[in-house]
Amino acid sequence: MPNVTVDGIPIAVPDGATVLQACELAGKEIPRFCYHERLSIAGNCRMCLVEVKPGPPKPQASCALPATEGQEIRTDTPMVKHAREGVMEFLLINHPLDCPICDQGGECDLQDQSIAYGRGHSRYDANKRAVTEKYMGPIVKTVMTRCIQCTRCIRFAEEVAGVEDIGALYRGEDMQITTYLEHAIQSELAGNVVDLCPVGALTSKPYAFEARPWELKKTLAIDVMDGVGSNIRLDSRGRQVLRVLPRINEDVNEEWAHDKTRHHVDGLVRRRLDKPFVRQGGKLVAASWDEAFAAIAKVARSAKGSVAAIAGDQVDCETMFAAKSLVKALGSDMLEGRQTGLAYDVSNLGAVNFNSTIAGVEDADAILLIGSNLRWEAPLINTRVRKAIKRGARVFGIGPEVDLTYAVEWFGNDASLIAKLPKAATDAFKDAKRPMVIVGGGALKLDGVQGAAMGLIKTLKLVSEGWNGFNVVHTSASRMGGLMLGFAQTGGIADIVAAKPRLAFFLGADEVDYSGFEGSFKVYIGHHGDAGAHAADVVLPGASYAEKHGTWVNTEGRVQYSDKAVFAPGDAREDWSILRALADACGVDVGFDSFDGLRAAMITAVPALGREGLAGYDFSAPKLDAKAQMKLGGEIAYPIADFYLTNAICRASPTMQRCSSEILHGDEMLEAAE
Amino acid sequence: MIAHLFKSFFLVEFVKAHWLTLKYFFKPKATINYPYEKNPLSPRFRGEHALRRYPNGEERCIACKLCEAVCPAQAITIEAEPRDDGSRRTTRYDIDMTKCIYCGFCQEACPVDAIVEGPNFEYSTETREELIYDKGKLLENGDKWERAIAANLAADAPYR
Repeated sequence: MPNVTVDGIPIAVPDGATVLQACELAGKEIPRFCYHERLSIAGNCRMCLVEVKPGPPKPQASCALPATEGQEIRTDTPMVKHAREGVMEFLLINHPLDCPICDQGGECDLQDQSIAYGRGHSRYDANKRAVTEKYMGPIVKTVMTRCIQCTRCIRFAEEVAGVEDIGALYRGEDMQITTYLEHAIQSELAGNVVDLCPVGALTSKPYAFEARPWELKKTLAIDVMDGVGSNIRLDSRGRQVLRVLPRINEDVNEEWAHDKTRHHVDGLVRRRLDKPFVRQGGKLVAASWDEAFAAIAKVARSAKGSVAAIAGDQVDCETMFAAKSLVKALGSDMLEGRQTGLAYDVSNLGAVNFNSTIAGVEDADAILLIGSNLRWEAPLINTRVRKAIKRGARVFGIGPEVDLTYAVEWFGNDASLIAKLPKAATDAFKDAKRPMVIVGGGALKLDGVQGAAMGLIKTLKLVSEGWNGFNVVHTSASRMGGLMLGFAQTGGIADIVAAKPRLAFFLGADEVDYSGFEGSFKVYIGHHGDAGAHAADVVLPGASYAEKHGTWVNTEGRVQYSDKAVFAPGDAREDWSILRALADACGVDVGFDSFDGLRAAMITAVPALGREGLAGYDFSAPKLDAKAQMKLGGEIAYPIADFYLTNAICRASPTMQRCSSEILHGDEMLEAAE
Repeated sequence: MIAHLFKSFFLVEFVKAHWLTLKYFFKPKATINYPYEKNPLSPRFRGEHALRRYPNGEERCIACKLCEAVCPAQAITIEAEPRDDGSRRTTRYDIDMTKCIYCGFCQEACPVDAIVEGPNFEYSTETREELIYDKGKLLENGDKWERAIAANLAADAPYR
């Protein structure tokens, strides 16, 4: 712990800290462009100059200078101010004065810092540098003339995203940032370079010229595009969410968000269900709420308890609890949330949880992926695995080989390998202090895999004091919440299909195989006109996650709350109020009259949902049927076929369609064109 | 006492007042015959708004939204998107003239002299709706008043 003084304030800093970090600890703000605490140090913008004694009698770049014992750091001397002003003047020489048409305007580091360090006039009267635009794909818009060559984007692509797509050509003043052969950035994290760019060189293409930061209402929310539960901020104006930005949460998403999180928002205003529909003569006809409710109530009265509810991937806990209450009041307990037919054992929630926590992945030293394409199923867990690899972890994989942006030793695509792991893996796990197994939905679909993976807890010693390395990664934002609320049948959705319910509620469930529900009266409560609405007999327009308060539980069992950013369009209502009104129409009592009442009832039923943070399940491996293990074998197929089109919101989003066709199917398109 | 008697006896105040009346009676008139005669206006006069164009016909407004941000009455509403050629343009530029307080901040904020308050003050309407100006109306104003606006800007330029 070196002791330094910053502007006369004595302070002890951690070993390995830089002078810049020491200044931050002392509460001194250091201007910077290239330095970013999650990226490697480049030291090329020179904005963070400070005066350091002992040392040469000149200002030094604090971001690249290690703090050492006895340093006297000064950030407030005239020399420092003068030096920074000089750097700023050099940066502004080639930076165009186009702030009024720049999307970064209002949230630009260069703008902010030029207020403190700009001279207010220019001494430069030669022509400014002009750089041709570079193509970076459907997410990132470039105006390269504005680039100040901080190289944050290059470092992000290489270090965090794991794609070496962005690089620099030429040197000095002529340096240009570009993608390799001007291809689209082949990463699902590309949108983050927009946030990282301190100027307006890289801006968001779908959000181009849409709004200024000062006119947006900011709402704290939780991402529902995958099971990670990234903390996000919804920026809305009027009745439309215009953009999504990540919030910093070190335990979940650090400060990243993947492109689906960022850019699905244009799907929130397209293909929306905005009024109730009732099927008449084979066609869905727009109806009033009363007519729709009357149609359902008629069936509910004759159903005599033959009622089921199936939750989709983006349903909040309150909606699921309200549906559960309604189904219970109608005399049934057929609830299921695993709409694609997964039927793993949920007698112990700890056994289907991401137990090591997302942040804990970084500490792992041997990781076995079983049927999980992490890069698509949970991109922000994938970045953690990358971090673990940088710290020396080894990663093994069972399943179809995919590019996860890091080196994986693949054993092949055969589930029976779980029971007889190759020697390379067992050796690595023998020495590992923090071994970890990550089981994906693709593997859990196969019979016996869950039991075999449970077997690894003992053979690979996954659980030890203060460490639990048995992880299941879910792809659905509502999965853990649904399991906590009892949305699971022993045999999965197949049990419900077999029971042939007279009345079935589908809560935003678009991935269900509806052919099994031919005889049921299908009520779809959701927000998008997708597969579910197509198959339904009655469609009730609900609210998307941005249009209601909600409780979400991510794949590691972390309970989080999100707020309402905008109102649902047209006649659409918040889901809980639809279910409450439906209860009245059916003549049953569900026990709540307001959202607060619903939440209170939910927390009474499942107390863990009332506390923000890890739910903390008691972990114990359930005893599984030995017979199932006998059948272990077969090929694993990953559950996600197209990263950009996994749910109804994305499928309605033109930006996601463009990403899918260009980034995932770009080569096929080129071939077709030829 | 005597002075007071003198004043009240000879109606001095009365005569004085009539003298003043007579003086103004023969002075040139301060009022003008308004619709046919008009007062001169300062180049800084802040009247009806207009959106200007460049001489080549291209609209000046680049949708930077600074006028919208600075407007103390929040009378301006702007929506923007990339035009076909990729440039930043407004798709909507509304000014609610019933909200506007004619402070002139919008023209001060404008980096390209697009929104200006022109010399026109005769735009009363019969309904409130007519006072909610959209982009077409503002551009039309700009085209109509361009010569006067340009002359005013040129006259005021040395003092900026």
